[in-house]
Amino acid sequence: MSSDAAEPASDAPRAIVAGHGDFAAGLVSAVEQITGRGAQLIPVAVQRLSVQDIEDLLRRRMIEEGVRVIFTDLQAGSCTMAARRILRGMDDAVLIAGANLPTLLDFVFSHGRTASEAARHAAERGRAAICVHGAAS
Amino acid sequence: MTLVLYRIDDRLIHGQVVVGWGQPLDIGFIVLVDDEVARSEWEEDLYRMAVPPEMDVFFHGAADAADALPRYRSDRRRGILVTGDISTMRHLVEAAHVDAVNVGGIHHRAGRVQRLRYVFLSPQEEDELRALAAAGARVSAQDVPNARPVPLDDLLAGAEL
Repeated sequence: MSSDAAEPASDAPRAIVAGHGDFAAGLVSAVEQITGRGAQLIPVAVQRLSVQDIEDLLRRRMIEEGVRVIFTDLQAGSCTMAARRILRGMDDAVLIAGANLPTLLDFVFSHGRTASEAARHAAERGRAAICVHGAAS
Repeated sequence: MTLVLYRIDDRLIHGQVVVGWGQPLDIGFIVLVDDEVARSEWEEDLYRMAVPPEMDVFFHGAADAADALPRYRSDRRRGILVTGDISTMRHLVEAAHVDAVNVGGIHHRAGRVQRLRYVFLSPQEEDELRALAAAGARVSAQDVPNARPVPLDDLLAGAEL
């Protein structure tokens, strides 16, 4: 199945989420609890893996699931580094580093966009969703 | 200031290095010693883009890193030196004395045995760690600053598993 289908079924996998610790499982769990659309996101845990093993795992999951979008947590993280190496040979893939819950919520509700367009839109929503409340500096 | 941490980590520059150690140690630069990275401008850019703009990254192969150490040791900022394997660090320790070596992450590969949650070693790598110690470096394993350092003897005994 292509991840760039413009109107995917709400439970079809569309992106991989990967990061430190239980970041991916935690975020996907939160998306599922809020929207019931967590199945669009594939959480990948990479603890104890070498950089090469992380790259191999992410590439294999992308191919198995037919997705071309990866969300990661940290620009300096091993998942981001591995994903950037994967993107080098996958021109239709997109990586969003620094993803947060608002990013993923926007992504799973995107309609009428390809997965990569949806990812870019979601990244802007995630960036804009960070707010500071309370004591003035 | 100087190089405040000499780390062996097969993930090279990643979250634990940039954030976990980099922030509490107030790091201004990272020296990455790795032949494969030093041969590729693309790989160098990949790691350069992983650090905050105020942090410098310098790249060396194993052969030329020791000669560059005095420059980094006299830098007014604090720095971390990272190698991706034990043999590269051993080369540095034997060429230019290093007080302490941090084993930060050596992950699973065929032929390696798990010694810590984040350290897997082959018999040859265990010998190389002993050689580091014999060359005068204090060797311990510690993934993040607030973890307890595991001395070499305990590491090799798998005492913390």
